[in-house]
Amino acid sequence: MKIGYYPGCSLTGTGKEYDISLRKVLALLDVDVEEIRDWCCCGATSAHATNHLLSIALPARNLLLAQQQNLNELFAPCAACYSRLICAKHEITTDAKLKEKVEFVLEEEFNSSTEIINIVQLFQKIGKEKIASQIKVNLKGIKAACYYGCLLVRPHDITKFDDVEEPSLMEDILSVTGVGTVKWNYKTECCGGAHSIARKDIVTFLSKNILDDAKRNGADVIVVACPMCHSNLDMRQRAIKKEYNQHEEMPILYLSELIGVAFGLSSKQLGIDLHFVDASGLLQTVKAEL
Amino acid sequence: MKIGVFVCHCGENIGKTVDCVAVAERASKIPGVSYSIDNKYMCSDPGQNVIKNAIKDKKLNAVVVASCSPHMHEKTFRKACADAGINKYLCEISNIREQCSWVHDNVADATDKAVDLVRIAVEKVKRNIPLTAIRVPVTKRTLVIGGGISGIQSALDIANAGFEVVLVEKEPSIGGHMSQLSETFPTLDCSQCILTPRMVEVYQHPKIKLLTYSEVEKVEGFIGNFTATIRKKARSIDEEKCTGCGLCIQKCPIKKKALNEFEEGLATRPAVYVPFPQAVPNIPVIDRSVCTYYLTGKCKMCLKVCGREAILFDQEDQLITEEVGSIVIATGYKLYTIDKKPEDSVIKGYGEYGYGKYKDVIDGLQFERIASASGPTNGEILRPSDKTQPKKIVFIQCVGSRDEQKGFSYCSKICCMYTAKHAMLYKHKVHDGEAYVFYMDIRAGGKMYEEFVRRAIEEDDVKYIRGRVSKIYEQNGKYIVKGEDTIAGMPVVIDADMVVLATAMVAQPNASKLAQAIGVPYDKYGFYQEVHPKLRPVEVSTAGVFLAGACQSPKDIPESVSMASAAAAKALVLFGSEYLEREPTVAVVNETNCAGCFYCLKVCPYNAVEKKEIKNKNGDIIKIIAHVNAGLCQGCGTCNATCPSKSVELIGFNDEQIYAEINAFA
Repeated sequence: MKIGYYPGCSLTGTGKEYDISLRKVLALLDVDVEEIRDWCCCGATSAHATNHLLSIALPARNLLLAQQQNLNELFAPCAACYSRLICAKHEITTDAKLKEKVEFVLEEEFNSSTEIINIVQLFQKIGKEKIASQIKVNLKGIKAACYYGCLLVRPHDITKFDDVEEPSLMEDILSVTGVGTVKWNYKTECCGGAHSIARKDIVTFLSKNILDDAKRNGADVIVVACPMCHSNLDMRQRAIKKEYNQHEEMPILYLSELIGVAFGLSSKQLGIDLHFVDASGLLQTVKAEL
Repeated sequence: MKIGVFVCHCGENIGKTVDCVAVAERASKIPGVSYSIDNKYMCSDPGQNVIKNAIKDKKLNAVVVASCSPHMHEKTFRKACADAGINKYLCEISNIREQCSWVHDNVADATDKAVDLVRIAVEKVKRNIPLTAIRVPVTKRTLVIGGGISGIQSALDIANAGFEVVLVEKEPSIGGHMSQLSETFPTLDCSQCILTPRMVEVYQHPKIKLLTYSEVEKVEGFIGNFTATIRKKARSIDEEKCTGCGLCIQKCPIKKKALNEFEEGLATRPAVYVPFPQAVPNIPVIDRSVCTYYLTGKCKMCLKVCGREAILFDQEDQLITEEVGSIVIATGYKLYTIDKKPEDSVIKGYGEYGYGKYKDVIDGLQFERIASASGPTNGEILRPSDKTQPKKIVFIQCVGSRDEQKGFSYCSKICCMYTAKHAMLYKHKVHDGEAYVFYMDIRAGGKMYEEFVRRAIEEDDVKYIRGRVSKIYEQNGKYIVKGEDTIAGMPVVIDADMVVLATAMVAQPNASKLAQAIGVPYDKYGFYQEVHPKLRPVEVSTAGVFLAGACQSPKDIPESVSMASAAAAKALVLFGSEYLEREPTVAVVNETNCAGCFYCLKVCPYNAVEKKEIKNKNGDIIKIIAHVNAGLCQGCGTCNATCPSKSVELIGFNDEQIYAEINAFA
């Protein structure tokens, strides 16, 4: 199986463990990952907060590049990239005037047939059977809270992915690894996103709520599918500790990392050792390779 | 033929743009026209007298009135002609107002067009023939479908006027949703106390035939002459023998298997049951889906204890036919339940409110039962989950209503009022409790309604928050309600003990099935469609069928009762004479020509076309052709236009007449 790959900026920086673990896991699942050549910013945060046309034209350019590489499916691991790409495509195809403008800016016609998929959809496409065939370590001892964040399922009219209020496809994928998934209330709540830089107080407050609810419902790890969520939930736990005494740390893992652990890959191979919150205690419980 | 043309100025309405004097003058030159004149107001008494006198003096035998739309005054002018002694179908209206003066501004052109329009009508009237109204006999009996407050009111009104009523209710008892309510706004009088006397009156009324646990399957015929087929579902109880002693109910060993529908799932009931103590009739029903005897062949406890041998395990559904002259549909509404999204519905669900997931997130009818003295908690406000008294309660309005994203665009109309009532009842029973209401707008239009809501806010200290709730989740036994106060511009978080959702009123799930069985149009939500929203609110396009209550749109009790009485009055109008007069302008099939393709049957919007067998002397069928039931036909002409062999003629609008009109213009 060959798939187009759009890593986006995070996966080359703060979220490189996501990229590392994905490439390892996908290789074991016989997925051939073809990165888009000369990709640019997806238009998230800065662009779409300041200039609408720019926020559409940037992802449109990436989609055109994918088309030129004959990639019918484009996998965007970052939830923000996924959202920008799929929303831009939707807006261009439903707004003729905007399409004209975008084509003027890109100096190229835009007729993209590339399908944009997120990480959960990719694992769905690979299939639970295939994933199960690679499992070496049973993760039965782990209780995970699957966190979808705000952008994976929304806006639902455009993503048409999972249930918008009560998504459950990540849990479905994880079920093959033996991981127990908990029922909790903050699956799709906001983590504070890019406010992490300018308004750390907001992010610590929102992230704390998410961590607390996961804990209250018996989780020992939060599984994420977005580098922004990961950095807020993982990196800000120190700030949470400072602000609110009585905070017990909880490891945050990418979906690809947890699947990698089940595949018998080591923390180092998956980049888990790069996280702020130490996950070794958790992984010891299932006797995973550290 | 001597035709008179009468041109109306309609004050300035026509006169300003059309030179009416010139029209009258030029009309007199049209072949066949022997007299023409204009008048400022032709519809006025003096104006009508101009027509009447001209008919007599000039010996006219056909009339064209050039005036407003025939919808306005065709009746007036035809009556004037009839009074003067010519057949009213020899009077034609030429519309020179809506279709001419109102839509043009050039006087010369408009005048030319008015003359053309008059010429068209003259050519038509030349080919008109005298017609007589169709007379159909009337069966002076009414079928009322639905035994809620609307159906009860209609049935009683008609029966009290001395005419027979067949009242059909699909549940084992009449009473409908009103019987479930605790107290009613804006007077807070007990719902049961005002309803049950009416239910008993229905039961005892000599003119009312009550068929409960029954459903209308099919309706055939037309105004004055309907035949309804009603399925009387098997109660498994002999209604004649049963005294309603209730022993079978007491002794039934199945106690907890079935959710009590009347208590909205907040309690259970035995396999043999009456929905509620004041049920009418007080005759139980055996629910075969849970009864041990039907499932395993053993038990028969009810039979053993019944002193009257009234248990009939082998009873079967019965099909009953009833002849009636009119029908009142009063099938009511359903409360939108939001736990699971029905596949073919526009509803997308409200998973974020946790209804169906959390026991203490309930809907309005469930709260009614909790607040009701006869309910599962004997009127004490207790949470369904642990039977404790909630100290903080949140009411959310517009769940499903006024929500294009997730529900319906329409306003359910009653929720503002019943939520205020709920909050008030709560505060009256839990003095130290806090009640919050999330609302979008407070729509309290109605006598004493606004005052009622103010009372809830000012006297009972119910806290109203303008804004929507985004999410509800459980945390340590509390329900965390996260919402927005749009007046303060702040997010609100309330840790409630219980949440009540004012869910939308929706059409009955099988509303479209009944509509198709009777031939009633319905809107995109499944509510039945009245003929005119203002002037004919209780009639439907099928003559002789009337609407009452919430089956037409969301309504409260006062409005439903008013509508029910209106529907009853409309049904009674039909019974004023032995015969009904119907317009003779109906379709007729040329039986020799008809090839029996039945395109007409497929396109007829009124189900007026039926199949007719033509037999030879020996009684063998030689062909099957189309036949138009003159009682049902509304004269729309669709069949006429569709017929490939030109075998359908619409009396009064036949091809010759229509082509003459076209030629007159060309």
